Amino acid sequence: MEQNSTILGKIIEVSCTIKSAFKGGNLEVTLKPYVSVEEKRLADDDYEYMEQYFSLNEDLKQMLESSKDSAKLDAMKRIVGMIAKGKNASELFPAVVKNVASKNIEIKKLVYVYLMRYAEEQQDLALLSISTFQRALKDPNQLIRASALRVLSSIRVPIIVPIMMLAIKEASSDLSPYVRKNAAHAIQKLYSLDPEQKEMLIEVIEKLLKDRSTLVAGSVVMAFEEVCPDRIDLIHKNYRKLCNLLVDVEEWGQVVIIHMLTRYARTQFISPWKTDDDIVEEHSENNFYESDEEQKEKDRNVKKTYTMDPDHRLLLRNTKPLLQSRNAAVVMAVAQLYWHLAPKSEAGIVSKSLVRLLRSNREVQYIVLQNIATMSIQRKGMFEPYLKSFYVRSTDPTMIKTLKLEILTNLANEANISTLLREFQTYVKSQDKQFAAATIQAIGRCATNITEVTDTCLNGLVCLLSNRDETVVAESVVVIKKLLQTQPAHHGEIIKHMAKLLDNITVPVARASILWLIGEYCERVPKIAPDVLRKTAKSFTNEDDLVKLQILSLGAKLYLTNSKQTKLLTQYVLNLGKYDQSYDIRDRTRFIRQLIVPNEKSGALSKYAKKIFLAQKPAPLLESPFKDRDHFQLGTLSHTLNSRATGYLELSDWPDVAPDPAVRNVEVAESAKEWTAILGKTKKEKPTEKFYSESEEEEDESASTSATESESGSESEKEDKEEGSSDESSASSSSSEESSDSESDSKESIAKKASGAVKESNAEEIKRKAKGISKTRNTSSSSDTASSSSEESSSDSKSVSDSRSDSDSGKSRSATSSKKEEKTAQDRKTASKQDVFLLDLDDFHPVTTPVAVPTAAVLSPSLTADLEGLSLSGSSVIDSASSLGDLPLSQWVLTSVILLRLPVSSYARRMIISMLTFSPLSENCFCLSLCQRKTLRRSKPASLLYTCSATQGMLTGMNETSATIAVAPQNSTSLVIIEKVVKAANLGVVPSGQDNIHRFAAKTVHSGSLMLVTVELKESSTAQLIINTEKTVIGSVLLRELKPVLSQG
Amino acid sequence: MIHSLFLINCSGDIFLEKHWKSVVSQSVCDYFFEAQEKAIDVENVPPVISTPHHYLISIYRDKIFFVSVIQTEVPPLFVIEFLHRVADTFQDYFGECSETAIKDNVVIVYELLEEMLDNGFPLATESNILKELIKPPTILRSVVNSITGSSNVGDTLPTGQLSNIPWRRAGVKYTNNEAYFDVIEEIDAIIDKSGSTVFAEIQGVIDSCIKLSGMPDLSLSFMNPRLLDDVSFHPCIRFKRWESERVLSFIPPDGNFRLISYRVSSQNLVAIPVYVKHMISFKENSSSGRFDVTIGPKQNMGKTVEGVVMTVHMPKAVLNMNLTATQGSYTFDPVTKVLTWDVGKITPQKLPNLKGIVNLQSGAPKPEENPSLNIQFKIQQLAISGLKVNRLDMYGEKYKPFKGVKYITKAGKFQVITGREY
Repeated sequence: MEQNSTILGKIIEVSCTIKSAFKGGNLEVTLKPYVSVEEKRLADDDYEYMEQYFSLNEDLKQMLESSKDSAKLDAMKRIVGMIAKGKNASELFPAVVKNVASKNIEIKKLVYVYLMRYAEEQQDLALLSISTFQRALKDPNQLIRASALRVLSSIRVPIIVPIMMLAIKEASSDLSPYVRKNAAHAIQKLYSLDPEQKEMLIEVIEKLLKDRSTLVAGSVVMAFEEVCPDRIDLIHKNYRKLCNLLVDVEEWGQVVIIHMLTRYARTQFISPWKTDDDIVEEHSENNFYESDEEQKEKDRNVKKTYTMDPDHRLLLRNTKPLLQSRNAAVVMAVAQLYWHLAPKSEAGIVSKSLVRLLRSNREVQYIVLQNIATMSIQRKGMFEPYLKSFYVRSTDPTMIKTLKLEILTNLANEANISTLLREFQTYVKSQDKQFAAATIQAIGRCATNITEVTDTCLNGLVCLLSNRDETVVAESVVVIKKLLQTQPAHHGEIIKHMAKLLDNITVPVARASILWLIGEYCERVPKIAPDVLRKTAKSFTNEDDLVKLQILSLGAKLYLTNSKQTKLLTQYVLNLGKYDQSYDIRDRTRFIRQLIVPNEKSGALSKYAKKIFLAQKPAPLLESPFKDRDHFQLGTLSHTLNSRATGYLELSDWPDVAPDPAVRNVEVAESAKEWTAILGKTKKEKPTEKFYSESEEEEDESASTSATESESGSESEKEDKEEGSSDESSASSSSSEESSDSESDSKESIAKKASGAVKESNAEEIKRKAKGISKTRNTSSSSDTASSSSEESSSDSKSVSDSRSDSDSGKSRSATSSKKEEKTAQDRKTASKQDVFLLDLDDFHPVTTPVAVPTAAVLSPSLTADLEGLSLSGSSVIDSASSLGDLPLSQWVLTSVILLRLPVSSYARRMIISMLTFSPLSENCFCLSLCQRKTLRRSKPASLLYTCSATQGMLTGMNETSATIAVAPQNSTSLVIIEKVVKAANLGVVPSGQDNIHRFAAKTVHSGSLMLVTVELKESSTAQLIINTEKTVIGSVLLRELKPVLSQG
Repeated sequence: MIHSLFLINCSGDIFLEKHWKSVVSQSVCDYFFEAQEKAIDVENVPPVISTPHHYLISIYRDKIFFVSVIQTEVPPLFVIEFLHRVADTFQDYFGECSETAIKDNVVIVYELLEEMLDNGFPLATESNILKELIKPPTILRSVVNSITGSSNVGDTLPTGQLSNIPWRRAGVKYTNNEAYFDVIEEIDAIIDKSGSTVFAEIQGVIDSCIKLSGMPDLSLSFMNPRLLDDVSFHPCIRFKRWESERVLSFIPPDGNFRLISYRVSSQNLVAIPVYVKHMISFKENSSSGRFDVTIGPKQNMGKTVEGVVMTVHMPKAVLNMNLTATQGSYTFDPVTKVLTWDVGKITPQKLPNLKGIVNLQSGAPKPEENPSLNIQFKIQQLAISGLKVNRLDMYGEKYKPFKGVKYITKAGKFQVITGREY
């Protein structure tokens, strides 16, 4: 520092003197002494530098020791600056690591940055910081927990592997999805540090794969790809969930998931490419390019009629909207998915989006064009409509130009070739000679591929031979040579012309090409050929190796055909070759001499010399350089480099027989849980809503004209139809009930899913009702009996979704009396009619509302009666419903049973949507999920979401508040307790299954943190009140609130 | 995924490095420099380079190379897209993405990179989230920080990070609630020698500046949504709603962002707003040529064409140009051979003309091809495709926002070919 200031001082001094010198007009004299000072300083520079460096570090150390945060922060900032520049700051480690426990969050962060950079080098000292992280892992702030985990897993000190493992395990069941996301990242870090931990890590991955947060999905799949990409079996159960979550995952996660699902799908589904109609649809050119293997496969499968697995369809359908993503990587990922998985007729939809990416920056263009080039070889039709988008602009960089040219060439056909050739003509004139040469190659390829234009191209190329630019001429010669070879019959003139060029052309490849041509067709130009040999023999020693070889073979060929004129010349050339520097040429010379010059030693071969040299040679195929890239998965690094990159995962061939699709089935209970999770989420974020998902908002009164209405209507119809077909197929493939149920997952939006859930639970409801009445003890686990046939036939005219609920209810109803059956069938009919509305919320129109009310009213008596069979959970519904106020009780009952037609009847406009879902989680635990109106929400900010207790286990961790209270005798009945608690705190009732335990759940509006309340009645009128919540403050407040409620009357 | 990142300036200095896994030596960049040398021109440096142990994926933005080091298979677009996002973030934070800006804010840059990537996998890339985690530098804040010792780093997790609307931060408050939409359309065209259109396409974007309190839910509808052929969306837009009703329904991020970009369906004929008359010729065996260009307006729907600039990459043989412009000023750079003519506004009464003599290198052969003219222009208050915003509705909040829509048409890659004949 001192040094610094003295230098500064000197500089100031110098400038002062200069100034004064200018004033005095005596520049020379004054400056001189100081110049010498400057020089001296320069000489001492190295020394000073070192000095400065050490003093700087000393200085930093002092600052880090200081008690003031600002000094520490300053020091840390300077250290980070050093790290950024790549300077070594490792000797400061002890001083820095002390500050890891700093209270100042910015210092802490910068220390983390430092640790991640240097901990690996100073492992022992790094251990000092570990305890701080361990403490931070338990911090109530999720950001701090997460960042502690991040640093702990990033410092790469092998000795702490067990600690890391423990931390990851703990974090993987953290309440905060953000922490879980970080846990997923930590898995990869630990794996790269110590691959021994693989088995344990796979367990964590398995657990996290089950996670339903969109935040976690991308990261855990990334970890999966890194740690155990071969454990495809882990994906089965999560496949549908991942497909459904996909649109809501952040963009980077989407890319990873899509790539993984592509790989997965190739192992699980049978090929959609081999059906009969596909062959018809395909371009005739395609067959030409298809490999033998594919052809064989096609033959094998051709007899089977192909039906696409509904899960396969689900994937294709759910990825399609992502083509509209702003992120080029996502678009590309979807494009490759369609390319590798979709039926050929459908793959075309990606081309428009890919062409759109060409407007992006040059790097994106480069990759996208490469992929289009590979695609366009195999399926021209995909990109033909966009031909003009690939026209080259003079401002494009060369690499882009060449790629565009490549694509244009691939797309050339009889129809567009004339336009293309004209376009090419201008490219040839381009100032970018490398590009001009590539264009000539392209013209050559067009000429061979499209026979109609071969002559035109050839003429054009011959014209180019008189071009002023040598590279253009040389390239033309090479291409003409190749072209002539394909049809040598009548091109003597061109060969003569080229022979004349030989005097001027210097480019070796071109010279070699001309010589080869003349040699090959020497009989057609008998007069010129020997003369050419004479000329080249003269210049032999100065030629390039490539040309020398061609001179030798020209000599050999002439010797064989016209030995009279050329014998001596050839021998001269052979002699020159014999003493050439290059052993290649000496070799060739020896070989040729033995073959053509007859002597006593020459064996039987020399008899055939002419046949050997002048054999009919197959014309070279002018091929695209992208021809062999298609065995790499599109969009990968390997594809771009055209070589296997480390860690490239091969895309497997389609299996001949699809593996059992049932492995992807998820237990009903689980799927129900999923619903609630989804519903819960929707709830939490409302009114904010989700990405891409359908609006659950108020109807847009003004915007929706009747035209759009009808359009969306037809769309939903289409979707229904689609589902219908997939349903059928799943039925025929004897898949179980759930597969058709979760078919409703395949709706692209959460809202749809939600309504799907409603629908499903409707069926469940009816099922239970029926059970209650008939007193049959049927477990709710789904049986695969196909007893629904009779039901199905009775209700035929309805939409597909109806028939599905038919099949559900039909199964459970098999044991009930026919009378009841009739009634429930009737219920169901109306219910499912409503379902159609609920399904397509967008179509929701005020006009339909009156319909709902009367049906509900008609049904109410029977339904309330049925409800009594539901006992506990039923009444709790009534309670919670009534606690919501606003509405007549009966209507709540109704709505709860007919799945909340409520918004329709009274709040049609202002409602978001209310939903109530019942579905069995286990034997007798029901899940209740209620999403509420926005208006209500505002007026009652305390708690809203009622969610199930399935996640209870997770919450009995650190944030538990409990108290034992004395319960007033009148409060000891369950109904009273429920009523009281609900009134006091607006909690949701969660049936516990035990008489003495009552559970309640809620989420806070603002932070959406989960809250669980358990009241356990004990003997002698005491009760244990347990509150589990993420927010401890709220927990204790709630405890204080609830205590008096329960203990007082 | 992404192992390390090096920032390299045009003169080949590595001025910033960041490693997310173990440290990779700077020497890996030598492969990059090699490729750069081979490519001659920065534009031609291949974005993906393979080295014996690593792969280098790079982008070139604002005179900086962002070179990332990769060790295993990864979709290259993933990395490219991410690097551009990094550059965008710098731009957003520092107003420019330049070497000096990065060097001046190296700590913030480091903090940002730390948040954006964990173990090489993107963590938080939404600017709304990042701005809550790390406050952008402002003069006021830096003064306040130095006095109070408070930091730029947020200490709680931004709510957006956990919700499904990661693009919006919570608790936004404005006294003036405003929502502005700029409909910007660019015409990409190739016009041939005779003035007919070889290729024309309209590419548009809607850039928004939304300053609304709370959690507004907007829906934007168009008079003629069918014009939009291919659209890409900001993640906030509900895709389903667009599919069924052609309405853009979304909860916007706070601040400036690109709502959609679109292409107008190719069936529609594109009205080209300007025409160019040109006479460029080089005489054989003479060291001069003639140059005469006139630009005029055409079908501009009563709007003035302004901001007209013509740039021409003259052939290498051109030594100098002696021109006179009836309007605006021109410059010719004899090194890069680029002629730039800044015309300004076109008035139909007096068409701007640039005319004169081209001096060629003596002895050099006559240039083979006439140069093509790149034209830039701007038309205010007009979307050339005819796209019109119908209305903007807001739900979810009670206040009445101020709404504004602006239309601009610009030239995109607008090229007039003077040498090509069709």
